[in-house]
Amino acid sequence: MLNRKKSDYVKTLVAGLIILFHLAPLYILCNMSLKSISDTGSKWALPKSLYFQNFITAADVGNLFLALKNTLVVVVFSVLIIVMISAMAAYPLSRLVSSTNKMILGFIVGIMMIPQLSILVPLYKELVAIKGINHFWGVIIVSATFNLPMAIYMYTNFISSIPKELDEAAMIDGCSRLSVFYRIILPSLKPVTASVIIWTSVGIWNDYQFQLYFLQKPKLQTITLAITKFFTDSRTDMGAAAAAAIIVVLPTVLMYILLQKQFVQGAMDSAVK
Amino acid sequence: MKKKKAEHLINLLYIPAIILLILFVIYPLISGIQISFTNWNGYSAKYSYVGFENYKKMFTDKMFYTALKNTLIYGVGSTVIQTILGLAYALLLQKKFPGRTLARVIIYLPAMIASLIMGYICYFLVQYNNGAINDIVILFGGTPQDWMADGKRAVWIITIINAIQFVGKTMIIMIAGLQGIPDSYQEAAAIDGATYLQRLQHITIPLLLPAITTSVVLNLIGGLKLFGIILSTTSGGPGYSSHSLSTLINYLYFQNQNAGYSASVGLFMFIFIMFISIFVRGYLERKADELC
Repeated sequence: MLNRKKSDYVKTLVAGLIILFHLAPLYILCNMSLKSISDTGSKWALPKSLYFQNFITAADVGNLFLALKNTLVVVVFSVLIIVMISAMAAYPLSRLVSSTNKMILGFIVGIMMIPQLSILVPLYKELVAIKGINHFWGVIIVSATFNLPMAIYMYTNFISSIPKELDEAAMIDGCSRLSVFYRIILPSLKPVTASVIIWTSVGIWNDYQFQLYFLQKPKLQTITLAITKFFTDSRTDMGAAAAAAIIVVLPTVLMYILLQKQFVQGAMDSAVK
Repeated sequence: MKKKKAEHLINLLYIPAIILLILFVIYPLISGIQISFTNWNGYSAKYSYVGFENYKKMFTDKMFYTALKNTLIYGVGSTVIQTILGLAYALLLQKKFPGRTLARVIIYLPAMIASLIMGYICYFLVQYNNGAINDIVILFGGTPQDWMADGKRAVWIITIINAIQFVGKTMIIMIAGLQGIPDSYQEAAAIDGATYLQRLQHITIPLLLPAITTSVVLNLIGGLKLFGIILSTTSGGPGYSSHSLSTLINYLYFQNQNAGYSASVGLFMFIFIMFISIFVRGYLERKADELC
């Protein structure tokens, strides 16, 4: 067992180089965030002294904690709506396979093809008409709706893999379809729900398009908007800009590192087969 | 019979989803068709119908053609890089060896970052003064370049950034596909004297076609819709040389007050992406059928 194959060492070396390559931008980012403005050496060089003031400036100037809170509100409520509505919708779509239901599932999955931006103008007009601009509910309901097709797709795939005999046995025992859903299907949806939550919350956390147009008041700004300020206003304090980027990126990156398996599962569940 | 009726009642469970999709996707899509025939500026209450004026304009507009060409580069370029690199990563990281898990984790990690922010991060790499890439260029005695000053080069740099950011997703799909190929196939071919490349060409890639199809279609759609990175690195400039259809829609609506025209470009983009993805999926699926 001890004589590990020689090719393994080569592989480890290659993997190491790939890791360095993919980490380079993040290394530069961390490096920048710890340098003061007077430290004008190469971006690759480590900071002369650690300058944590950047993070304080970033949080203060960018009002990042307010932005984090706002983003969290949008993500949590959107994901709640997505999970409830799509789990419900997936049950009849995967269990009662009639030609109508097949068509409806096709329609829902087909909607995934519509890019957000291609209906930007009319959607904005609609939200102005129903007074949904500059309110969280406007962006929440639109973000939730755009993520429904993927979530429904993931749930229907999952429910189809649960044996039908389970439903039938329960129905023979006198359960109605609805109580089969609540008592048998819902409790077994945990793994796919984890995938749906992870997938949609990262998507909405990182969304820019809807939040940019629908939340224009500074008080309602979300993280992606808050950070834009650092990079567009004169581009002078790059240290603070880098620190702001780190604060904004950290929650999703940490979540990913803690829940790798679920993230990878989510990536596969969401790949349209 | 009564039981049958009660069965159908659970169809009510998908009604909320359908209502939301109709209100916030289908209705805007249809009203977008209507707006595309007007000269609406995006905010005033008055506008008039101009027939096919916006569509005629589209096909004579240099800016539109540049954006269309760039969109194809963003889409096809990213897909080619992601497929080749993603497959190479998957082949390398498929079997266990020290460092494999870490490499997988790191390669997929950038996909967690908003593409807008990824663009800002990469600004540190490509900026002229003190940029990280220029530092390396100087180290090797070259002259520093203003990387994003030339629109054509900027388009390719943006394509590469996008491809590298999302190559991890391709890798994951390919690894899942590779795990479905029985080892015995490879072993049998190896005993018959097939080299690694021959096995790759005649066994691995044909059997991997379903996974390749999935990832190609996903990458293509992602690249054709590209928005965030462009906005944060060049915002479509210099001039309009690096616009994609997405950033053009944004520009026409919010900077140019040309909502009617913007809506027609939006509809064009939807139909364009739909046709390309249906065509590519169909082509790859036929190819898979031929081979199996």
